[in-house]
Amino acid sequence: MKISQIQELLEAEVICGGNELDKEVSSACGSDMMSDVLAYVKDQAVLLTGLVNPQVVRTAEMMDMVCIVFVRSKAPTEEMITLAEEHGMVLLKTSKRMYEACGKLYAAGLGAKGVTV
Amino acid sequence: MSEAVRFHFTVDGDDFTSAGQASVQVKKNLRTLGIAPEIIRKVSIAMYEGEINMVIHAGGGEADVLIFEDRIEIHLCDNGPGIANIDLAMQEGFSTAPDNIRSLGFGAGMGLPNMKRYSDSITIDSALGKGTKILMTVNLS
Repeated sequence: MKISQIQELLEAEVICGGNELDKEVSSACGSDMMSDVLAYVKDQAVLLTGLVNPQVVRTAEMMDMVCIVFVRSKAPTEEMITLAEEHGMVLLKTSKRMYEACGKLYAAGLGAKGVTV
Repeated sequence: MSEAVRFHFTVDGDDFTSAGQASVQVKKNLRTLGIAPEIIRKVSIAMYEGEINMVIHAGGGEADVLIFEDRIEIHLCDNGPGIANIDLAMQEGFSTAPDNIRSLGFGAGMGLPNMKRYSDSITIDSALGKGTKILMTVNLS
């Protein structure tokens, strides 16, 4: 799935990384707990979260993720946007809640492969 | 075996929002050196959790990353309160982090377990009231 499809499915606003929307992604995860993302996620390209602080971007960078979707209309700070731009990451913002946003992407074929427990 | 490269960082304990900066820099440096991506991920995640821990629990500290021919060592040193029960701290889900840290997405009791998970060996030397020294090694082979 292309990031542009994620944007359409979630009716999301592109905050930064607009020139990377053609990038293909094959899996995603949703979490507000960055420690869990670090523990259980492997080879996932998209993070859905309602958490807003610079560690969200740094955590995604550590996991080689290419896109963060902020749910519940949470808006990243300027510092976060700058960090994401440095790493060539796409930031999206949707008004949908976590459950619905994850459900829509999963139903459209974006799986959760690579999660290890 | 001679030491090839060393990176040193002082981790600022006063500002949680800056926590992780050293690990991001290490990741960049390892990329520049042409280290394999899977090794880079292990080193940077292990160090990131350690760095976050130093900020949350110890008021910051010192971090050194040493790159040898066969391994990468991450040395973390702080003068914080020390770990009262290391076996307990190594258990997933055990945390003494305050609520304000949990609201930032950490403090789930996964820090030390993640450091063990992403390194090939870990030694923890901690003394109450004196501080904690951690050595994590990631093999390059």
